[in-house]
Amino acid sequence: MVKIEAFIQPSKLEAAREVLQSIGIDGLTVSEVRGHGRQKGHREVYRGREYDVDFIHKLKLETVVPTARKDEVVAALVEAVRTGAIGDGKIFVSAVVDAVRIRDDARGESAL
Amino acid sequence: MSNRVFVGLLLFASSALAQAPQGDRVELRALQAAVTASQSAGDNAWMLVSSALVLMMTGPGLALFYCGLVRKRNVLGTMMQSFSMMAVITLIWGVCGYSLVFAKGNPFIGGLDYLFLRGVGADPNPLYAPTIPHQTFMIYQLMFAVITPALITGAFAERVHFKAMVMFSVLWTFFVYFPTAHMVWGTGGFLNDYLGGQYRVFDFAGGTVVHITSGFSALVTALYIGKRAGYPHEKFVPHNLVLAFVGACLLWVGWFGFNAGSALAASALATSAFVATHFAAAAGAVGWMAAERVRKGQASALGAISGAVAGLATVTQGAGFVQPFSAVIIGLIAGATCYFMVTTVKERFRYDDSLDVFGVHGVGGFVGCLLTGVFATRAVNSAIKVGGWIDGNPAQVLHQLFGAGIGIALGVVGTLAALKITELVTPVRMNEGEEATGMDLSLHGEEGYNFEG
Repeated sequence: MVKIEAFIQPSKLEAAREVLQSIGIDGLTVSEVRGHGRQKGHREVYRGREYDVDFIHKLKLETVVPTARKDEVVAALVEAVRTGAIGDGKIFVSAVVDAVRIRDDARGESAL
Repeated sequence: MSNRVFVGLLLFASSALAQAPQGDRVELRALQAAVTASQSAGDNAWMLVSSALVLMMTGPGLALFYCGLVRKRNVLGTMMQSFSMMAVITLIWGVCGYSLVFAKGNPFIGGLDYLFLRGVGADPNPLYAPTIPHQTFMIYQLMFAVITPALITGAFAERVHFKAMVMFSVLWTFFVYFPTAHMVWGTGGFLNDYLGGQYRVFDFAGGTVVHITSGFSALVTALYIGKRAGYPHEKFVPHNLVLAFVGACLLWVGWFGFNAGSALAASALATSAFVATHFAAAAGAVGWMAAERVRKGQASALGAISGAVAGLATVTQGAGFVQPFSAVIIGLIAGATCYFMVTTVKERFRYDDSLDVFGVHGVGGFVGCLLTGVFATRAVNSAIKVGGWIDGNPAQVLHQLFGAGIGIALGVVGTLAALKITELVTPVRMNEGEEATGMDLSLHGEEGYNFEG
């Protein structure tokens, strides 16, 4: 099993959800996060005072999938959320040791 | 039915009374009473609504406007500053405030005839508002006394103890508001030549009494209390401009009660003041947005609402004396001038007038005071004996300047005295830890936003 963490533009949530659903990935967790990569922040002005906002609002999507489907899911996600502009975000993939479905104690990939 | 028809009926009735036989006389007297009662009903309805509108300016209007502009950790503390004035000043007004402003006294302060509202009942007070119950006039004027100290709190936002704020505001109301309001509006007031005073200063709805006094006092408090920790290097970003936006719009609507209500009757003069108020607010918003567009390339939402408030504060003094397009000019000047004050001037001198009370109300009030001397005309308000500059009386501008000067001087001295006395009793400034935690938790033991659960 692998965990796919995708940091994406907030406006791309619906596109990501749709594509994951269409390829049969059911589990998905969304968090509102703030951060920056190479995009850095932007500037805001309130009554003439300028403030640099360093951390930008992003969404973090998390889903755990069977290792065999890793490349397929990542490719689908990338295609769904890419705009081609700086600030599109990043995807990280990491190994998951085990999974438990709390309701019925199912373990491993069958718990997904 | 217009006032003119009423007056016509009254004249007819009273001239007929002189020559009518006994039976007709009784009937005519009944008619006269009915006419008076119906005018009183109309005026009283409008004045009660106006009273409620002016209260709405403090809470929720000002409370929302201010709380949206501070950081999240101070949202409740900031709202409480406005709200507590609705409670505290009301009680003081009933005990002695109304009397100290409107009872017969000396040129500088009223007397004690109306202590505990003695004699303030259903019968009108012909000196001030002959067609509405004296009690209506009293409750209407109370709402002005509530909002004025509440305005000041924006200058020392996010850093003053609640107890100290309440004590300062009460002292300030005694030292500055009561004397200024008496001088400008009270019978025999020094600046009230309608009612036996010495100087002719036009202040229709409180440009001097409310905005100049609170605005200049605000600057004194900001300088005396000092900057917020971290100002101006750290970020002081408004935590919720949506709340500020709603608050500003409520202020705009409430201001119709403030300015048009100051006609003290549902009269054509009230309409005129209503129109002037609205036009100035619109022009203020346009003036500020235009200035922003030129300087920064973008008009902002905060700029638009700030400009409207600037236009409203600036037209307050002249609302019942000026024509609609004079009000437009007043509003445009207000928007651009106040923008310049809160950006360039504040940046240059680096004082932390946190929510720009001085820049908007002080400067707007001052500019509006002078412009009233320019634009006041008997064509709008025939009650004034002479108009302003456009009526060929340029000296009125100097009268206005004199009135503003008294408001400023009393504001500065009274504010310093109130701060000094407060300091003797209780710490004014929150300590660094309390300031970092925020007013909500440090001073009130609550938080504004609890989303979990």
